Amino acid sequence: MKRLAKWRLFSLFAMMALILSACSGKPYLSTLKPAGEVAQTQFDLMVLSTAIMVGVIAVVTVIFFIVVVKFRRKDDRIPKQVEGSHKLEIIWTVIPILLLLILAVPTVSATFKLADVSPMEKKNEEGKTDALVVNVRANLYWWEFEYPNQEIITGQELVVPTDEKVYFNLIASDVKHSFWIPAVGGKLDTNTENVNKFWLEFDGEKAAEADNYFYGKCAELCGPSHALMDFKVKAVPRDQFDQWATAMKDVKEPKQAETDLAQAGQEVFNNSCIGCHAVTPANTAPEAARLAPNLTNFGDRDRIAGILDHTEEDLKDWLRDPETYKPGNKMTGTYGELTEEELDALTEYLMGLKVMEQ
Amino acid sequence: MSTLAQKKGFGAVLWDYLTTVDHKKIAILYLIAGGFFFLLGGLEAMFIRIQLAVPNNDFVSAGLYNEILTMHGTTMIFLAAMPLIFAFMNAVMPLQIGARDVAFPFLNSLGFWLFFFGGVFLNLSWFLGGAPDAGWTSYASLSLASEGHGIDFYALGLQISGAGTLIGGINFLVTIINMRAPGMTYMRMPMFTWATFVTSALILFAFPALTVGLFLLVFDRMFGSNFFDPAMGGNTIIWEHFFWIFGHPEVYILILPAFGIFSEIFAIFSRKRLFGYSSMVFATVLIGFLGFMVWAHHMFTTGMGPIANAIFAVATMAIAVPTGIKIFNWLFTMWGGSITFTTPMLWAIAFIPSFVAGGVTGVMLASAAQDYQYHDTYFVVAHFHYVIVGGVVFALFAGAHLYWPKMFGTMLNEFLGKITFVLFFIGFHLTFFIQHFLGLWGMPRRIFTFLPGQGLDTANMVSTVGAFFMAIAVIILLINIVITSVKNEKVGNDPWGDGRTLEWAIPSPPPFYNFKQLPLVRGLDAYWLEKMEGKKGMSPAEPLGDIHMPNNSFIPFVISLGLFIAAFGAMYRAEHSWGIPVLIFGMLITLGSMFVRSVKDDHGYHIHKEDLEDSNDKGVKA
Repeated sequence: MKRLAKWRLFSLFAMMALILSACSGKPYLSTLKPAGEVAQTQFDLMVLSTAIMVGVIAVVTVIFFIVVVKFRRKDDRIPKQVEGSHKLEIIWTVIPILLLLILAVPTVSATFKLADVSPMEKKNEEGKTDALVVNVRANLYWWEFEYPNQEIITGQELVVPTDEKVYFNLIASDVKHSFWIPAVGGKLDTNTENVNKFWLEFDGEKAAEADNYFYGKCAELCGPSHALMDFKVKAVPRDQFDQWATAMKDVKEPKQAETDLAQAGQEVFNNSCIGCHAVTPANTAPEAARLAPNLTNFGDRDRIAGILDHTEEDLKDWLRDPETYKPGNKMTGTYGELTEEELDALTEYLMGLKVMEQ
Repeated sequence: MSTLAQKKGFGAVLWDYLTTVDHKKIAILYLIAGGFFFLLGGLEAMFIRIQLAVPNNDFVSAGLYNEILTMHGTTMIFLAAMPLIFAFMNAVMPLQIGARDVAFPFLNSLGFWLFFFGGVFLNLSWFLGGAPDAGWTSYASLSLASEGHGIDFYALGLQISGAGTLIGGINFLVTIINMRAPGMTYMRMPMFTWATFVTSALILFAFPALTVGLFLLVFDRMFGSNFFDPAMGGNTIIWEHFFWIFGHPEVYILILPAFGIFSEIFAIFSRKRLFGYSSMVFATVLIGFLGFMVWAHHMFTTGMGPIANAIFAVATMAIAVPTGIKIFNWLFTMWGGSITFTTPMLWAIAFIPSFVAGGVTGVMLASAAQDYQYHDTYFVVAHFHYVIVGGVVFALFAGAHLYWPKMFGTMLNEFLGKITFVLFFIGFHLTFFIQHFLGLWGMPRRIFTFLPGQGLDTANMVSTVGAFFMAIAVIILLINIVITSVKNEKVGNDPWGDGRTLEWAIPSPPPFYNFKQLPLVRGLDAYWLEKMEGKKGMSPAEPLGDIHMPNNSFIPFVISLGLFIAAFGAMYRAEHSWGIPVLIFGMLITLGSMFVRSVKDDHGYHIHKEDLEDSNDKGVKA
């Protein structure tokens, strides 16, 4: 019996080890591979609460098996009718209270820590914050990221510096969405009526393990393409982030296409697309006029529409029929049928919209 | 039922059920209607799992998927779980307290027909332009943006069926307060009756919040008000509060009766009285009370701020304490007992580890800071299926097997029952355990598909395979029901042999007046006490006399039908000219039949003493 118990314990640990190593998900997506202070805090709480809960389950399981094995009906006797036991009842009231206190204290402290956005309020002489702030605006089915200090706007791909706290203002422009980068930290809703604020920190080493790209998700049902409202997070060291921000800011006028094909594409773009998509990063236009993702650095991005591979073929498929790839999106039907030549030209132009030389 | 049909003819039986005010027949109506919606919700669940079996699947389209997930949740909660629980409450609670019926038999019937027509109305949306698609929570910004009439079906259908539930809850409260047999003090009531009592109180206080929320939604969508439109000074977060002030107690409305059923089962099949009865009662009341203090834990990521989040986190954790008390009391009810593994007992035993697993993830979710990671992911999906399936659905299966003989006079096949149990148990854990990890690996809930290359493929496939096990188990249960009904082998008062409470002291099924003479209750587990003293039945508390019975009535059906018609008028008012007339016509039917009910005196009838003496084998034996 004792040997059996030992063997069980061993297999339990083996299972746990297996679960923790092999089954902890992808480094760019999983909450079990925390890549930053917020996710780490939450992961630590998970581990603490899981440990307590596994303890509780173990106690219940032991009593459970003893009961089920030992007290099977063997004869027709009537067992003693026991009313209860004050001693036992007090034990199983007090012990859970103590266990919950052990969990409640770090929970409350973490809840306040994660909500501390005071650096967002501290303005320097220029009226800007020392901390990096990003205004996130969620839309049916795309994301806009505005950097008020840098005075630039981008879409679909959030670029952030690693190893420092990044502060977020969150809002939605149509229906409720929820902003979530699982590997980096928990989510916060983007409401339609008020700005929600929180911070995240992106760990440099963990970002390198994830090839500098984290996956972001919408976590609140928002319509047919809720499942496809993904975004990417490019987490790079501070100096690279500064280079990127400067390069973005340097785009004062729409970048002129160089090849003939691209010039034809730019013409198509100016006729059909520019009403919604901007190709300059300045945040001067009012929110209501920013109807679609900013494409200033489209060519640098990792995904098309947040979900498709960043290839010319996928871009053409998307432009031909966005409805197939993102049902219910707002782009379908806003421009006429494009000929294959126009598609080739437009693709050439869009893929050339780069701010980083690589 | 089949023998009855032969005697009376199909039409007569149908008319009897359409007009019945007998709590036992209404219980059967709830069981059939709830069972039908349970199958419907289960079918929707299968569509969901098939769609998610592989990445980038196109089994259903994105918009249709949202309709299916919305209707799965709404149907399972409002039209399957609650009516099935009401079926057992109706069938058993009046018997357990030694009453001849509920306090308001007419209202009991009205409650059922309101639920039924509300449920039918909601499901007609499938054929009339599309079902609701904003989730069972129907959060305001999305539910206002939703096109078509889906959300209108949701709001009006739930409004009608919610009124039925509210009426039922009030009825049970009054019944338990006023109609207990002589000697049945509060602290001698069976646990299931206690659970019914607390649940009914929860319904009384929780449903008005839903009613108000739905009315505001109806006005916003159909009559141009702006309660939830921020551009016009409204606020969508108010909807979240309304919904969860109702929605959180709602989950206790589901689980407390489940606890009640399991409490009966553990005592019966361990041959032991419930361990720590008074602390069980206390825990039930405490869970009911705390259930109203924690709604905002569904909104930790709404942005309420750290103070509100911390308060609601700690309050939510507190619920684990009374729930833990219950788990240990059940274990110690079995401790030292003499356990037999009948089908109901198997479900009850399996419930303990399953529900504990769901309970501990509940504590993890309560911890606000980590909930930011869990919220709206498959971790939550896993959690609430562990408590609702592992708790409520297990209890419904257990209760169905336990009370089938009391309701229909014949026992479900034990062998098939155990096969159902094994398949469902395996399927349940296979489907939902892995979903905890899906959530932790970054899979949001309510997504119609997922992209490959995110490490989610295998686990989703496993989950889908599990769902098929559950589907097969339910099919076997249906076969079991058919076989049992065809064979129809009659059983006696106490078919399980170890019945403890009053319902097992009378025939199965009981005569329509339940107790010929009201029984005298001398303690907890009244029937068991008499059995242990060598008596065959209860001692009567009154001499044999005339019994006053209510007349059947068709009016509840007509009142509900009127609201059903009016709802169509309200919905199509804007685009069809016949909308307003139909609205008025429907309301006239409802108000007219209410008027008839008010002015026409219905004194019921009496069963005379002499007739009762003829049938010596029925009712309480003196």
